[in-house]
Amino acid sequence: MLEIRDLRATAGDKEILKGISLTVNAGEVHAIMGPNGSGKSTLAQVLAGHPAYEVTGGSVTLDGRDLLDMEPEERAQAGVFLAFQYPVEIPGVSNAYFLRAAYNEVRKARGQEELDPMDFMDLLEEKLKVVEWGPDIMSRAVNSGFSGGEKKRNEILQMAVLEPQLAILDETDSGLDIDALRIVAAGVNKLRRADRATIVVTHYQRLLNYIVPDFVHVLAGGRIVKSGGKELALQLEAKGYEGIEEAAGAAGAVA
Amino acid sequence: MTNVLVTQEKPVAEMLRRAGQARFDAVGYPGPKDEDWRFTPVQPIAQTEWCAAPAPGDDRGATPQPTAEELAAFEFGHPDWHTLVFVDGAFSETLSSALDALPEGVVVASLADALGRDGHPAGAALEAHLGRHATVETTPFAALNAARFGDGAVVLVPAGVELERAVHLVCVTTAAAAGAAVHTRNLLVVGRAARASVVESYVTLAPEARSFTNVVTEVVVEAGAWLEHTRLQREGEAAYHVGLTYADQARDSHYRHFSLQMGAAMGRHDHQVRLNDENIESLMYGLYLTRGEQVVDNHTAIFHDQPNCRSWEVYKGILEGRSRAVFNGKVFVQPAAQKTDAKQTNRNLLLSDGARVDTKPQLEIFADDVKCTHGATVGRLDQTALFYARSRGVPAAEAQRLLTYAFAAEVVEEVALEPVRAQLNRLVLGRLYGEA
Repeated sequence: MLEIRDLRATAGDKEILKGISLTVNAGEVHAIMGPNGSGKSTLAQVLAGHPAYEVTGGSVTLDGRDLLDMEPEERAQAGVFLAFQYPVEIPGVSNAYFLRAAYNEVRKARGQEELDPMDFMDLLEEKLKVVEWGPDIMSRAVNSGFSGGEKKRNEILQMAVLEPQLAILDETDSGLDIDALRIVAAGVNKLRRADRATIVVTHYQRLLNYIVPDFVHVLAGGRIVKSGGKELALQLEAKGYEGIEEAAGAAGAVA
Repeated sequence: MTNVLVTQEKPVAEMLRRAGQARFDAVGYPGPKDEDWRFTPVQPIAQTEWCAAPAPGDDRGATPQPTAEELAAFEFGHPDWHTLVFVDGAFSETLSSALDALPEGVVVASLADALGRDGHPAGAALEAHLGRHATVETTPFAALNAARFGDGAVVLVPAGVELERAVHLVCVTTAAAAGAAVHTRNLLVVGRAARASVVESYVTLAPEARSFTNVVTEVVVEAGAWLEHTRLQREGEAAYHVGLTYADQARDSHYRHFSLQMGAAMGRHDHQVRLNDENIESLMYGLYLTRGEQVVDNHTAIFHDQPNCRSWEVYKGILEGRSRAVFNGKVFVQPAAQKTDAKQTNRNLLLSDGARVDTKPQLEIFADDVKCTHGATVGRLDQTALFYARSRGVPAAEAQRLLTYAFAAEVVEEVALEPVRAQLNRLVLGRLYGEA
């Protein structure tokens, strides 16, 4: 489903992604782990089209379509969803309005009819269950004054509504207490589907106790330095990233 | 300029006119060398020979009195509010509404009428307040207004009365105001423990007309009173608008002001609030939306004279085209005003390369046990926020409008009167989608 080939990207004149290759098939959950500054959040944002980064090499395709050639909104319409590490507050714009606007844009792009507010509320009622929320949250302004946990739940709610092909969760566990983490992770698990690819970016193994990945990749210095099954995350938890970074340094010297 | 009512006016008005004329003769129009007017292009006003707008009873020629239908767009869907309509500065009784439905003792009336009639219920209040808050020394335009004011509103809410419906002052210009100066003067007095909402609307039915409106509004908020005061400047973009609002607050009172400026070639509003006693709260919110070659200027001054008061001020601007905005916010904290809590914020959003903002916070603090902060920003939409909306499938242009709307919403949401808040939201959206 997702094919990343030798992806390179810079922020300003600093190269952050130094050739990343990764294949994520439909139905799979891949965890991307790595120390701070390894480039894992950059990878998430580059896939969604953040304008702060410039792609300097490589290719990314989703179901054969070239993602790098698309604007961020086109990627969303093509089925890419990024759950932000720091969701943005939009005062004055209700959650319901924002979500319906987003949902209808995605439907329009797929040649489907837009939903009117009443039908959309019916749809929402189902989706709210994914994050164990009542309808009150929909009249509040998008993320405005939300707690850290509420913001992350809102991201998962958006994901549930937009039904992406490729879901990328960027540090979704950061700033969450254990209850919020449980709800958010349960939401993500409910949204696991045979035709959906998921990338979970995280610094800590903790989240992977709840969202069990099929594959774990370790990023260091802008490259994937190690890949394995879910047991790799446990090794990292025990030994830390130190050995990994040395390996990255050695790999860099060879390259 | 002559005024038909002058000879019959009460002495308080005569004295005010004489003082205003003397002061204006002495100081004249301000120029770029006056610190408070450095960024305000006053020359187009000063260099024009303005004529008088048609007085009541004049033959209005090709521009008849507007109809109630034409004014319906300005009434927030509430013809039931106590509404005074002034057409090109002259009071229109037929277009005004709900003036017979006032609670006992409440006055919502034409100022000229009140000054020209013996035994008017506003007589004592006019003696006590007219020209005593916004004095002729406050600004040169206040002196000019004092000398020449035609009409305006006098609103009195006696002690203990909670006014259920809002009071709306509609000052509308028509094509007959082209080339004319309209000097409007209002007095609002909210008595002890009384409660009221007052809206001033400066609107036009002739968007192309080059007119000059010069307003002075005096506001008295007595002990324990609550007043929401909203001022909407929506003049035509060829017009000039200068206004001074001066509010005096007494002990335990609450005054919340919202000021919109989106009209006029040059719109300037001075707002001064004096906190005369303890435990006073003043909330001041402002929004300005400019485009083309518009210049909008907001000068605010808050005088903390006594301890234990709070003032909170947020002014926001959204600028397009080659428009300019000026913000100057003064906060004076006198030595006696310990435990003052004052916060001032001015944020500006530039939507074009040609727009410009001059912002100047000016805090003068002479007390040592106070909490006073200020901040000013001028910038563009946050790239991460734009990316956030786009990453949900919202196209770039729509994402920009959404976030611009959100920027304005932060102050619009502070308007307590729901129909006004809804109308403000529509005005912001209309501007974002390129409507007049």
